[in-house]
Amino acid sequence: MTRQKTIVVAMSGGVDSAVAAALLVQQGHRVIGMMLRLWSETGQEAYNRCCTPEAMSLARRCAALLDIPFYPLDVQAPFRKTVVQYFIDGYAQGVTPNPCLLCNRHIRFGLLRQHALALGASHLATGHYARLRRSDHQPVQLLRAIDEDKDQSYILSGLSQEQLASALFPVGELTKTGVREIAEQAGLPMARRADSQDLCFITQGDYRQFLQRHAPQTMNPGPIRDPAGEIIGQHAGLAFYTIGQRRGLGIHHSQPLYVVEKDVERNALVVGQRHNLGRRQLQAAEVNWIAGEPPQDSFPAQVKIRYRAQLAAAQVTPRGHDQVNIHFDEPQRDITPGQLAVIYTEDLCLGGGIIQG
Amino acid sequence: MATHDPVYFDYAATTPVDSRVVEVMTPFFGVLFGNPSSTHTYGQRAEAAVERARETIAGRLNCDPQEIVFTSGGSESDNLALRGAALAARERRGAYRVLISSVEHHAVSHTAQQLAGRYGFQIELIPVDSHGMADPEQLVSQLGPDVAVVSIILANNEIGTINPLAEIGSHCRRLGIPIHTDAVQAAAHMPLDVTELQVDLLSLGAHKFYGPKGVGLLFVRKDTPLWPILTGGGQEKGLRAGTENVPYIVGMAEALHWVQQEQASRNARLIPWRDRIIEETLTRIPDSRLTGHPVNRLPNHASFVFRHVDGNALLAHLDVAGYACSSGSACKTGSPEPSGVLSALGLPDEWALGSLRVSLGTHTRAEEIEGFLQILPAAVSRIREVAVL
Repeated sequence: MTRQKTIVVAMSGGVDSAVAAALLVQQGHRVIGMMLRLWSETGQEAYNRCCTPEAMSLARRCAALLDIPFYPLDVQAPFRKTVVQYFIDGYAQGVTPNPCLLCNRHIRFGLLRQHALALGASHLATGHYARLRRSDHQPVQLLRAIDEDKDQSYILSGLSQEQLASALFPVGELTKTGVREIAEQAGLPMARRADSQDLCFITQGDYRQFLQRHAPQTMNPGPIRDPAGEIIGQHAGLAFYTIGQRRGLGIHHSQPLYVVEKDVERNALVVGQRHNLGRRQLQAAEVNWIAGEPPQDSFPAQVKIRYRAQLAAAQVTPRGHDQVNIHFDEPQRDITPGQLAVIYTEDLCLGGGIIQG
Repeated sequence: MATHDPVYFDYAATTPVDSRVVEVMTPFFGVLFGNPSSTHTYGQRAEAAVERARETIAGRLNCDPQEIVFTSGGSESDNLALRGAALAARERRGAYRVLISSVEHHAVSHTAQQLAGRYGFQIELIPVDSHGMADPEQLVSQLGPDVAVVSIILANNEIGTINPLAEIGSHCRRLGIPIHTDAVQAAAHMPLDVTELQVDLLSLGAHKFYGPKGVGLLFVRKDTPLWPILTGGGQEKGLRAGTENVPYIVGMAEALHWVQQEQASRNARLIPWRDRIIEETLTRIPDSRLTGHPVNRLPNHASFVFRHVDGNALLAHLDVAGYACSSGSACKTGSPEPSGVLSALGLPDEWALGSLRVSLGTHTRAEEIEGFLQILPAAVSRIREVAVL
């Protein structure tokens, strides 16, 4: 057994973080459970997807079963100010932001990590599906999870070496089925709890209704144009559409139409046919290279352009410190500005950046 | 990291049961298990034990045993006092105003809010000064024949301030308005003579004075109009139905006996420690303030606010370091709502969210105080160092 460490586990009331805590307790570490209170929307409390009273009591119950202390940490104000505001601003600017990137960077592996270290912990563990590889005098490497289907390295790609150095992902070496089995064996109350989906602060309905409540300025109607520039309809606000979307455009046309572009300057939604959709090129900015430095030369890689997208073969060319050009072998249908392009070679996550318009 | 056994500094939340209390309770789970309402010998013995407990308590409160109503605890006593007195006063004399201080325990304030929201009463707050003390003169200006009941906490759970109940009570009683006090926090540390306190209704909960949880009492001065809120078998002179909780009632009486008996010597030990905690904390921690009254406060109670500190995070840090403290009101959700009591003192959120309550008791030792004072300033500054986004 390795020397006993003091480790804070970020618990959510879900099965993954519960098993992460259970594994660390089994390994003989001194484990402290903490739970972030991220969001509570007045009038929507019952529909919150995260940090509900139910999730909080499940996490607390799990901590009691594991005989570890448990503390909630309220971060609602900074969460709103950074993560939710970023989400709203992104939509207001016509892009589709990924708030989880910021949450992991500034809240979970930011504020919570700082509190954990201040408490005297050496590590902050989470229930993310990803792996870390540590070797002496080398940067920490971030690897895809054993369970391909559950891999979450995509949303961890924005973490710094400093953040990764103190991180632990105990369930990254397991399959989801294995995690549920451990939870069952340990008698954890959330063993069969459904996986959380979607963004934690979106309550009832979807992100469109969230924007209506919190950023009504995004409901700015404008023209729908075809690729030639002809106006063929009206849209309800660019925020309500995503690249590649087919349904809900309200246009009758002989061929199926897809959203191919958001022209923010003219507040126009550009729709086209399937063949207008694919692109081979993208530029990403604000790239975080996990090793700390960009690779020197252009290299072949696999790239993921959405959390749930398949890996796609591409040639990656770093430009300067934090920009990258990506050229896909095959056209990609839904390259979406604001989302992350995350770069892999084999299992290794090299880093990621934000797809530019 | 804690290098010692955990230290308990939260006697205001609850206390360990005195071993002498456990001892007198034990027979009533076994051989003396009877129901006080039964006719047979089992019942008579149980009834005798309950009545003996009532007499012991009445002796400590300087009242008639028949003026003691046993309940399930302080919250139930507050509910019975407020709701029972308000409803009876409206029936008898059409009174509709309920006066409470702005620093009451939720057992009082939420009951008053329900009386206003569901029963048509009008709730009025008696303001407090910056130490959380209610002003008797201010109260007088609010009193009138349409006031159904007045409730002022004797010693505040969050900030430790002791209210001038005798003066307040005399004004109310002169006008025939029932005056209630929540004395739950005070019981371990102050004499509870109801004649001196000039109250008609007084709530106690045993677990705050080294007795068991789940039992309490309400003193109801003779001829104070009161409706029951728990109806049924007619126990407790019809004011509180339900088979008497014999072992716990016996335990409560024993606990009250000892806690009052040994009060002077315990307070003499606790007060210097309390004052040392207050002085050292205010001296060594920048941007710190005492909450509550500097002098008229509970002997075991030190409470603070620290500017720009997350009070819940501070409690976690202290717990990990081996010190069990409180923010002032028990809250486990990490909710950032500032306490209503601290807001009533006029503290802005940047102060009120950083509250800490240190409450001492019979098992506190001098070295625990010193150990705590060594780690507290560093814990506060570590939390302040965590970057605020």
